[in-house]
Amino acid sequence: MTTFTPATADETLATVAWAAAEESPLEILGQGSKRGIGRPLQTEHTLDLTKLSGVTLYEPAELVLSAKAGTPLAEIEKLLAENGQQLAFEPLDYGPLLGGEKGKGTIGGVLAANLCGPRRLRAGAARDHILGIAAVSGRGEAFKSGGRVVKNVTGYDLSKLMANSWGTLAVLTDVTFKVLPAAETEVTLALRGLLDDHAAAAMALALGSSAEVSSAAHLPERVAARVAGGSLGSTAATLLRVEGFGPSVAYRIAALKDLLGNAGPLEEISGEISRSVWRDIRDCAPFADGLEKPVWRVSMAPAQGHQMVLALRMQAAVDAFYDWQGGLIWLRMEQDDPEADLLRGLVRQYGGGHATLVRAAPSHRAAVPVFEPQAPQLATLSARLKAEFDPKAILNPGRMA
Amino acid sequence: MSGLLMPKPDDATMRRRDEIVADMRIIVPGEGVVDAANAMRAFESDGLTAYRQLPLVVVLPETVAQVSRVLKYCNDRNIRVVPRGSGTSLSGGALPLKDAVLLVMSRFNRILEIDFPNRIAVAQPGVTNLGITTAVEQEGFYYAPDPSSQIACSIGGNVAENSGGVHCLKYGLTANNVLGIEMVLMNGEVVRLGGKHLDAEGYDLLGVMTGSEGLLGVVTEVTVRILKKPETARALLIGFPTSEQGGQCVADIIGAGIIPGGMEMMDRPAIHAAEDFVHAGYPLDVEALLIVELDGPGVEVDHLIGLVEAIAYRNGSTTCRTSQSEQERLSFWAGRKAAFPAVGRISPDYYCMDGTIPRKELPRVLHGMRELSEKYGLGVANVFHAGDGNLHPLILYDANVPGELDKAESFGADILRLCVKVGGVLTGEHGVGVEKRDLMPEMFNQIDLDQQMRVKCAFDPNHLLNPGKVFPQLRRCAELGRMHVHRGQTAFPEIPRF
Repeated sequence: MTTFTPATADETLATVAWAAAEESPLEILGQGSKRGIGRPLQTEHTLDLTKLSGVTLYEPAELVLSAKAGTPLAEIEKLLAENGQQLAFEPLDYGPLLGGEKGKGTIGGVLAANLCGPRRLRAGAARDHILGIAAVSGRGEAFKSGGRVVKNVTGYDLSKLMANSWGTLAVLTDVTFKVLPAAETEVTLALRGLLDDHAAAAMALALGSSAEVSSAAHLPERVAARVAGGSLGSTAATLLRVEGFGPSVAYRIAALKDLLGNAGPLEEISGEISRSVWRDIRDCAPFADGLEKPVWRVSMAPAQGHQMVLALRMQAAVDAFYDWQGGLIWLRMEQDDPEADLLRGLVRQYGGGHATLVRAAPSHRAAVPVFEPQAPQLATLSARLKAEFDPKAILNPGRMA
Repeated sequence: MSGLLMPKPDDATMRRRDEIVADMRIIVPGEGVVDAANAMRAFESDGLTAYRQLPLVVVLPETVAQVSRVLKYCNDRNIRVVPRGSGTSLSGGALPLKDAVLLVMSRFNRILEIDFPNRIAVAQPGVTNLGITTAVEQEGFYYAPDPSSQIACSIGGNVAENSGGVHCLKYGLTANNVLGIEMVLMNGEVVRLGGKHLDAEGYDLLGVMTGSEGLLGVVTEVTVRILKKPETARALLIGFPTSEQGGQCVADIIGAGIIPGGMEMMDRPAIHAAEDFVHAGYPLDVEALLIVELDGPGVEVDHLIGLVEAIAYRNGSTTCRTSQSEQERLSFWAGRKAAFPAVGRISPDYYCMDGTIPRKELPRVLHGMRELSEKYGLGVANVFHAGDGNLHPLILYDANVPGELDKAESFGADILRLCVKVGGVLTGEHGVGVEKRDLMPEMFNQIDLDQQMRVKCAFDPNHLLNPGKVFPQLRRCAELGRMHVHRGQTAFPEIPRF
């Protein structure tokens, strides 16, 4: 039982090459903030990347930042904020939901888990912002892909292949991300007291307008009280975030008020309260309760999400809220059983998508497929790809199974 | 054609041509199989017309089942297949092979679904890029990526090439706007990736397929995100005495937190060629001309125009005009959009390059290009997607002068080497194809290329789909699959410690 802590890409290569030769599986770890997601691992050795740390290039005018994979996300976000910039895809922080600390996680983990946040519809996820990587495959070969420029179609996009691969294809050593200016102003328009179906209709109307809404979430009654320190009260809140330059934000908020005036009472939320509302929605704070009750993250077509939840409620006790105009559904099961088959069956019935069991007791995570099972042809293709990059299955074996 | 080596035609396949054509007619009945040389002539090249080759046979399937059967048939018999959309590729991605079936997807030309509440359109791959916008614009929506060939290029081809356009700085490339695809693998299996929901579980094969240049699978359906049209768009036309000042202006606009809808630059030769052609009213006494388009709500556009004007002034602009009408905005663009044909008027032939560089390196690269221009004795005009660093140098030459095409190609290769040297890449949006295939080692070492080929091996282990493209040398998958270290014989017998 050894924990390797390489401080350079070469040392990382040496470690993986050794493990490949010995056919000795490794758990690939940053700060471990997402260790509770996926099938629990039992590997002999651990590859801890936290010493492989540091921003290696940051050119604000070029909108580009490179860092070693183990660099803390918090360090990068602080540096960007000092320059009025951000990772526009708002990577969520799983820490509190999984019973860990706030503000942990590394930039490599951001890509490996393809994190994103409430701005997903407009700004994309980590996959949409990664420009280049360096990594070591499970064969013990160091390679690079992409570059430091946005427009690049030179060769296959192996950088995107690393997104959501959970460390099972290669160990990232360096990543280069596109960064963007942070919005000068943000204002959130809240519609109060809507039921789920009316909220879905209101969000579709808002997103289909030219008001450039950057995020749309719906917190049903009582869930609303569990964000931003309770400052929203417990009445259902349908939230529309508008970001940009001051005069533009004011104009677009006014346009949304005209558009949605008949939907119910409207409130404007700005400044730190708005920011903390979206941070809490991003991090699934309403269900960060220190318990082990199963929490699902479900992705569907936005207009179908609430219909699936309504059907689910007929058969199981759940608490739910919606992000991405209703397309991202966070569910907390009130019993210990994750009800995986029931939920996944309903997701298929309502147009398809995927359900990920992000929190559950280890016994459930070992027994239930944590990630959505794939169609047979796709599963075979993915297995062939895994075998190409990691033929001895030494990188996070079983993590995505 | 200068010395481009393509895979050696397979004699056994060539001998069986009649039998293969007959079998194709069984799989795709009706008019869907073309084997007469004169009729195949229309397919002998794509947008990179310097390279031409008649295929073994042209097949135009109409159903997914036909695509699947054609591919399985070819896979079982070791017959190569080259997929083709509208054939607008500028890098030879759809260049036929003598012993390969050319699989043309143009009959897949229907929009399958428009879903306004979810802001999604589902199209067959042969639908044109502009065709998607046309189908949704009555409700005020559009499809954002807008390659300049959008009137002709197909959405399936856009996926294969990860196409961009002038608006991708703000709205993203094809990869950022496609939510799902259905595709057929070389073995005939039909696979769906993504759909109306975001970020499907498992490996991001959708991301890998986008920009894979037809080597991994044949796309049979595409699900894209559609956007509401911005309320308004206005453009500024800004002239600078030096390209350095123009480049700094671009950096300062972005530094001010402004991401314009489009930001294009032209150098003096391009400005003059365009102005002579379309009389757009471009200033002729400047070295660099910048078009900055701002879109969004009117109040935002007005606000940003004020900021951009001030930035331009600080950077020493000698002219700065803001469009006062839609007509004037379009006139600003007219010259830029006509830049390629305009250059075509001043030179018998031109060769369009596509490198991307970090924006700050623009003056250095333009300077290097001037030196190369003198060295090769060929002119060059530059248009430049300034916002994202994507250069389109147009090398002027005359194909009727012996040796000039070779010289133009060498000049182009040197420009791309320069792009890579300053931290850029070989191709920003046109693809590697056959054109930049042999330059791949400028950017990647053999291990890097091996990893890309391993993806190919997972999708098409016999290298039958679009061979001869992208990779300078396709290595056999069995050879790539070997592990170079074995238990007990490793270079690292001890546990590494540091």
